[in-house]
Amino acid sequence: MTAPLKDISPAERARSTSFYEASARTRLDLLLDAGSFVEFIGPEQREVSPHLKIFDLPEQFDDGIIVGHGRLDDSPVFVAAQEGRFMGGAFGEVHGAKLTGLLRAARQIGSIPVLILFDTGGVRLQEANAGELAIAEIMRALMEARSAGVKVIGLIGGRSGCYGGGGLIAGCCSALAVSEPGRIAVSGPEVIETNRGVEEFDSRDRALVWRTMGGKHRRLLGAADVFADDNVQDFREAALELLGLVGPFGLDRLRAEQRRLADRLRSFGDCGDAVDIWTAEGIAHAEAVPELPADQFIALANRIGRTSRDAR
Amino acid sequence: MEDLNFQHQVRARADGTRQRAIVGVVASGNLEVLVERSLPDAECVVDIKTAATGFGAVWSAVIGDFVERYSPGGLKFSINDGGARPDTVSLRLAQAVRLIAEAGQ
Repeated sequence: MTAPLKDISPAERARSTSFYEASARTRLDLLLDAGSFVEFIGPEQREVSPHLKIFDLPEQFDDGIIVGHGRLDDSPVFVAAQEGRFMGGAFGEVHGAKLTGLLRAARQIGSIPVLILFDTGGVRLQEANAGELAIAEIMRALMEARSAGVKVIGLIGGRSGCYGGGGLIAGCCSALAVSEPGRIAVSGPEVIETNRGVEEFDSRDRALVWRTMGGKHRRLLGAADVFADDNVQDFREAALELLGLVGPFGLDRLRAEQRRLADRLRSFGDCGDAVDIWTAEGIAHAEAVPELPADQFIALANRIGRTSRDAR
Repeated sequence: MEDLNFQHQVRARADGTRQRAIVGVVASGNLEVLVERSLPDAECVVDIKTAATGFGAVWSAVIGDFVERYSPGGLKFSINDGGARPDTVSLRLAQAVRLIAEAGQ
């Protein structure tokens, strides 16, 4: 017999819920303190995309992103969660404006951090100009919020990964947590193959995709500071850990980040494959990294993986 | 896209105190159902925007069966459909009624 649902604590439910499989609403529900989430511009306001009906495409009442505020271990946070199953979680005009508004509110208040649960293929092609503008506005709003002292944490573990403009926005965050299925990149596998040929990147080679863009590689390279197992509780703990780690932001930080990235390019620029990078980092049997279970990988990453803790 | 609207007189008011609830996602073979407690107790309205045109008769049967089985009095359902099958529609409607029947705002 399985235990009745009411006997399961919120933490146990969050532990047994796959972040990858959950909807954006379920992720927020289990990530935040129970019952603390309050939505801005909820679905009942029907603030839908003004573009999709021109293309005879269905709308979603929240335009694929949920924004609001809640509490994390009793402290207030702003949150945004993309729904990766609606149009690949892509940024359209309304979708983008909701995130821009949230970041501007956070800047104005100054002391409340922002969690962004990315799950996106990038800009929505049907509203490409508005979507590209939204990416630029979000990046500006994010950097202005950080300049005002706001910590902005990205959590990446959804089925659409974090691609295109989403990858650019993630690069602007104070820190990132990622799980193995959470991929981070700008150009996706199919885009690279289409533009550069199958010899450059075979998008059907899943192992290649995951070891190049997947969470383990991003953690080892220092793009993400925390690796989470694929459940909502792990992401909650990762968010709390990162909120404790992130330091103040300013010009010195940006210079350190520039040095970190230049050093990374110098060290690994000639590597042809992620396995070459892991080997160069001193990992014995680097080819076995994709097979490692989460706990063993986290131990390895904490020993050998790079961080952006003093940069970003 | 096709817009459909169904209005039913129902036996009894739906349970619960929540004012609204939402279930599902707009994706291929899936749908979202937004339910709001905004009508007189004996009425039920279902507004549908669907990507699959020409299935009005199937929708009518699925909604009729749902209203008969759950008596969702006072509830307005707004559906964005990405071409879900009838069993998925029935499931989402049942989930929406169950969610709004919970206590709370």
